[in-house]
Amino acid sequence: MTDRLDPTRPVTHEGMQATREIKDVQDKLAFGDSPLAHLEWDGIRELDYPPPRWWVLTFIGTVLFALLWMILYPSWPTPFGVWRGVLGYDQRAVVAEDIARAETLRAPLVQAIGTAELTGIQDDPDLMNFAIRGGQVAFNNNCAQCHALGGAGQGFFPTLADDDWLWGGTPEEIEYTIRHGIRSGTDETRDNIMPSFGADGILSREQISDVTDYVLAISGNEHDAAAAGRGEPLFAENCAVCHGEGGAGLPELGGPRLNDAIWLYGGDRSHIFSQIHRPSHGVMPAFEGRLDDATIKMLVVYVHALGGGQ
Amino acid sequence: MATALASTGGLSARTRYDEDVVRLFVIAATFWAIVGFLMGVLIAFQLAYPALNLGSEWTTFGRLRPVHTSAVIFAFGGNALIGTSFYVVQRTCRATLFGGPMPARFVFWGYQLFIVLAASGYVLGITQSKEYAEPEWYVDLWLTIVWVTYLVVFLGTVLRRTEPHIYVANWYYMAFIITIAVLHIVNNLAVPVSFFGAKSYSAFAGVQDAMAQWWYGHNAVGFFLTVPFLGMMYYFLPKQANRPIWSYRLSILNFWALIFLYMWAGPHHLHYTSLPDWAQVLGMAFTIMLWMPSWGSAVNGVMTLSGAWDKLRTDPIIRFMAVSVAFYGMSTLEGPLMGVRQVNALSHYTDWTVGHVHSGALGWVAYISFGAIYYLVPRLWQRERLYSNTLVEYHFWIASLGIVLYITAMWVSGVMQGLMWRSYDQLGFLQYSFIETVSAMHPFYVIRALGGVMFLIGGLIMVYNLWRTIRGDQRVEARDTALARPVAAE
Repeated sequence: MTDRLDPTRPVTHEGMQATREIKDVQDKLAFGDSPLAHLEWDGIRELDYPPPRWWVLTFIGTVLFALLWMILYPSWPTPFGVWRGVLGYDQRAVVAEDIARAETLRAPLVQAIGTAELTGIQDDPDLMNFAIRGGQVAFNNNCAQCHALGGAGQGFFPTLADDDWLWGGTPEEIEYTIRHGIRSGTDETRDNIMPSFGADGILSREQISDVTDYVLAISGNEHDAAAAGRGEPLFAENCAVCHGEGGAGLPELGGPRLNDAIWLYGGDRSHIFSQIHRPSHGVMPAFEGRLDDATIKMLVVYVHALGGGQ
Repeated sequence: MATALASTGGLSARTRYDEDVVRLFVIAATFWAIVGFLMGVLIAFQLAYPALNLGSEWTTFGRLRPVHTSAVIFAFGGNALIGTSFYVVQRTCRATLFGGPMPARFVFWGYQLFIVLAASGYVLGITQSKEYAEPEWYVDLWLTIVWVTYLVVFLGTVLRRTEPHIYVANWYYMAFIITIAVLHIVNNLAVPVSFFGAKSYSAFAGVQDAMAQWWYGHNAVGFFLTVPFLGMMYYFLPKQANRPIWSYRLSILNFWALIFLYMWAGPHHLHYTSLPDWAQVLGMAFTIMLWMPSWGSAVNGVMTLSGAWDKLRTDPIIRFMAVSVAFYGMSTLEGPLMGVRQVNALSHYTDWTVGHVHSGALGWVAYISFGAIYYLVPRLWQRERLYSNTLVEYHFWIASLGIVLYITAMWVSGVMQGLMWRSYDQLGFLQYSFIETVSAMHPFYVIRALGGVMFLIGGLIMVYNLWRTIRGDQRVEARDTALARPVAAE
């Protein structure tokens, strides 16, 4: 046997034959005069070794464990109701207890946040710490789908980590936006609609092109100066009422600032043109009623602290 | 040794075993294996790189995932099982297939039609939304007809056997055919909305529907992916190793224990849900009792190999079979472990489950099938040997490395995912958002997909090897001249 374990020595045909013959003799001894000894199926024979002791003992062990488990916990249904188990375990009660314990633990801080003014939260380090964590969790589960983790923004969804605000960046303004949403269909929603200047025939294609050049000019981009000059009065007449004089923005009406480098729907000529021609409008749901007051306050504090709160 | 090539075996000279239909099943199993592996690789990459959903509803993960699972379980596994069962039942009963050639061919073509109907439905969005039971009512009815025919052919063959005793492999195959019929019919009880529409509504609702589904789902694992593959093992392992089965007693004991206990374990898929506590506890208790009956078959397989361990070094087909038994043992230890409620609290809904399923599906089901197919092809096509044993060797090592990459990636990813979901900070807030767990899993999704690629490459090597074998080619290899001697001397 030992020479077979030596990897440097080749396995000989004779050696293998010998081990197999030893095995055959062992099998014959174990087999005895079992009736199986005479059976064969397509050349396959079946020996009849007893199951290994460890196997039998472990099997019995698992059966005993299972029986014990059935006694301790709710298990068999009977005509007189379900066996409730010695331990009186109830999954629903465990969940209710867990939730109650977590709520008790948080209750003092949650209550303090619920009654405090927003500025009061920001001035109290303990409350602030709690609100930032709670706000982050709420943000990641409710807001990050559109605004991305950390409020980085993506696609047509605004960045919240900068100081460019469509509807205002004070805590109160942020809270209003979260509570009522934007074009959310609720009564108090923030809402505005930019007219389709091209599609509805308010301005001609040439006029829209001139306004586009003007917008490019105020945002510091390459533009045709003559066209921008023609666009300036058109802008003042049609656009400044919402976008502010010189495109400075009018957050009270949700009029986006245009004289900077931040764009929601693209800042090159073709995107600006199409936004004037037939504008896109974003929608944000109202969270009042979906989230409780304390959570909304924590969200406000968190979003305000992301980088651009006013 | 080469006498096995004479397909008349112990029958009288005028009758012949029907091996043509087995050939069809072997070809189909090999074809669907590649389709299934390819689909698996594609959806694994889709999870890592969502752009590969290609922006079309026909190619999204949600529709291709059942194509993958059905292709590997029902198309590859099913064809391998039905094909080998026809081969094994004829030889171990010394009887030709009941009903002659036609019913068996109906089973073959009917089963292929079932696969095509099911898969085309998935891609078009026709589904019952029941895992592993996605096909709609019209496909279910068709499969029922095919399956009952299969039952009649198999049972009829067993009944007209000329051997006094039914060989143990046939017990396992029979349990598979009968139980799958029961599971399939009960779980798919549904009312079609109209005669000419695909849509139907399940006869069950709410938590009863979930319980029926997982009674079906767990027993599909038990009676489709375990029991009949044990039947496969009980024939092909002793044949290839040329050793007797180690323990008749153990094989029968395991059989009845497995059949009895498996039926109850389904609720462990519904721990911590609205399923009543008592059903969850019963499911867990029976799951734990399943451990030894499952291992008993592995013990029998391993002990059957004892005395032929030297072949593990020389015969790559034996190696496939031995490793499949090892993976079977590992998966059936992991399964009862994951069925314990407290462990399930961590593992449920995570990639750990996916890893567990694949250690069973790739390591056990596919490997024992590869072993059986490598055994069968030279015999079915009357070739002296395979085209190349070295290519079997390559298949083995590349696919094994693929499995290791796959399951370790899923273990790490799954446990991490479970831990991230349940971690709270000292203020009682969740530590991670869902999207953070997804980004953390990304590297493991890439590793898993690479593991899948390796498994697919192994499969393609097998197809090439089988193709050359069937053509009658033999590659001259140094290993054969050195190693063929002991075999020839038997």
